[in-house]
Amino acid sequence: MYKILRYSFYDLMRSRWTYFYFGFFLLFTLALLFLSSDVGKVIISLMNVILVLVPLIATMFGIMFYYNSREFTELLLAQQLSRTQLFLGQYLGLALSLSASLLLGVGLPFLFYGIFFSAEIGNFIVLLLNGVLLSFIFSGMAFWIALRHENRIKGFGLAIMMWLFFAVIYDGIFLLLLMWFSDYPLEYVSLGASLLNPVDLSRILILLKLDISALMGYTGAVFEKFLGTGLGIALSFLSLGFWILLPTANIRRVALTKDF
Amino acid sequence: MINARFALLCFLFLAPAFARARTLEVCASCAYNTIQQALDASRDGDRVLVKAGTYKEPTLRITKKIALTGENYPILEAPKGQEILVIDADGVTVEGLQLQNLAPHYLKDLAAIRVHRKGFFRILNNRLINTFFAIYLEYAHDGEVIGNTITGTAVNELSSGNGVHGWYGEYVCIENNTIKGHRDGIYLEFMHFCSISGNHSEANVRYGLHFMFSNDDHYANNIFRKNGAGVAVMFGKRIGMTDNLFDYNWGRSAYGLLLKEIYDAKIERNRFVQNTIGIHIEGASRVAYRQNTFQRNGWAVKIAGGCLDHDFSQNNFLSNAMDFVLNGRVNSNTFDGNYWSEYTGYDLDRNGLGDVPHRPVKLFSYIVTRTPESIILLRSLFIDLMNFSEKVSPVFTPAGILDQQPLMHPIS
Repeated sequence: MYKILRYSFYDLMRSRWTYFYFGFFLLFTLALLFLSSDVGKVIISLMNVILVLVPLIATMFGIMFYYNSREFTELLLAQQLSRTQLFLGQYLGLALSLSASLLLGVGLPFLFYGIFFSAEIGNFIVLLLNGVLLSFIFSGMAFWIALRHENRIKGFGLAIMMWLFFAVIYDGIFLLLLMWFSDYPLEYVSLGASLLNPVDLSRILILLKLDISALMGYTGAVFEKFLGTGLGIALSFLSLGFWILLPTANIRRVALTKDF
Repeated sequence: MINARFALLCFLFLAPAFARARTLEVCASCAYNTIQQALDASRDGDRVLVKAGTYKEPTLRITKKIALTGENYPILEAPKGQEILVIDADGVTVEGLQLQNLAPHYLKDLAAIRVHRKGFFRILNNRLINTFFAIYLEYAHDGEVIGNTITGTAVNELSSGNGVHGWYGEYVCIENNTIKGHRDGIYLEFMHFCSISGNHSEANVRYGLHFMFSNDDHYANNIFRKNGAGVAVMFGKRIGMTDNLFDYNWGRSAYGLLLKEIYDAKIERNRFVQNTIGIHIEGASRVAYRQNTFQRNGWAVKIAGGCLDHDFSQNNFLSNAMDFVLNGRVNSNTFDGNYWSEYTGYDLDRNGLGDVPHRPVKLFSYIVTRTPESIILLRSLFIDLMNFSEKVSPVFTPAGILDQQPLMHPIS
């Protein structure tokens, strides 16, 4: 598995798109740091970008990577290799290379800026951690979709829909429900609903660090009480972990039974 | 003849002044061992000098026009259930003392220094540590409370008192005090024509500064930080608020400044930084807001229904999660000529004013007032898209709330 992981990792690291992804984050972060003197504000701006773009790019990368390396995968399948190792190796290689691009692209400018001596170091780490987790989640989901669907158009379409659902549609339905049932106490419902969506969950985890003044209005009490505690943070990361485990387990299950 | 009469007059006026030059010293080895002895022996115009040491005496009642001065902060305490110092004469000065350890009392408002129906007092540079009510001005007028350091250990509202408590009075000047850990830092009820400036009020359980039924007061250059709920100005007319800093007032119902039933106030050059709500306005009218800066608050300004004639201009709104929340459909408030960091318009004729009006009320802030739980969706992509489409073609947000002349550059 390690060999395959290493191979797909280096393969992706040589790819033009990885450089593009890395370069984009590098330039974007540099520009933000250059334009604004307030590190806190830079992190908020970056949050918006990371929450939208990281899932999208991870999804696209996952789909493209699987479809492009399909012939090579078939070749590998002919070797004496367990399928679990083969596909999990590929998936981890993909997710790791995406995370590396993100970490380096965002991390290097901040490193030169001197983030380690800044008070915002905690917020910055939360931001990066969430970015990495989102990379793992969405590339895994994309990989799973690609594995399920031989038809590339269908695979692409589904993956885009999946991203759109988590990034936009989910919040829309969420908001509608909140407004329809506004006569009922909804604090715990909204907490539960946001635990179920990895994008929402990452957003709230970062907001709790950065924009707490807004979230601490009178309804923020429940969120603050829940998410501010060890239990809340543990549950949040547990939920994010579940979102990584779900596609991983499914990749394995589909891979084991699939007739290539 | 005239000269002789003048000389006589001079003598009559100055005679007490010559007699006044007495200083009564209090210490273990001095002529007076307790402050009470010195007070008993003093006459109008004397100075009682208390040297360093600890004096635990029953309530000291100052009934003559004297100055009670401490050298190297002598420590004054009272037996349980008694106040430390009561000013019961006009023209008393209390300076340089350390008054401490007054236990909370649930029936009486015990105070470290109480001024009772008197005026022309001066309370200067004292330290008040762990006192229930620190300075209590009761029907007091024409006095000064300057440079005191007041530190309490308040935990909740029930068992704590106020730092400076004013109950009926006028022309009192409260300046350069540091007040921490009380119920309200400064509480003024029925106090008129007072000036509150240069104070630092921090970490009080309820409000940093609290006005009730007080008119014509002015507070300036104060810092209100991390209080339970910032500053509350209630039921008052013609109150001036200038050059203050309200910051880090965070919490469920916290705000930098609360205006309730306020008329004809002026709010100028204040800074509101990182409060849950910058200004919360309920039932106030005719208030002018000029050159204030609202930075990184949850809500910069929240206006409840029935607030008329609020005029915002030349203010800076910088990176607040929500700039404005207004309840109610009728609007008679004006918002012209402010700087909004969210403004996305342009200035083709380069006159410093944006050519497109700015809408400070976003659809999301409108939704949050109706469904408070939806705050959990703050900064989500869906909300951004929704706000954007509402901005392009307003349907839900009140159309009249506009800044017709948004500034292109912040006011410095």
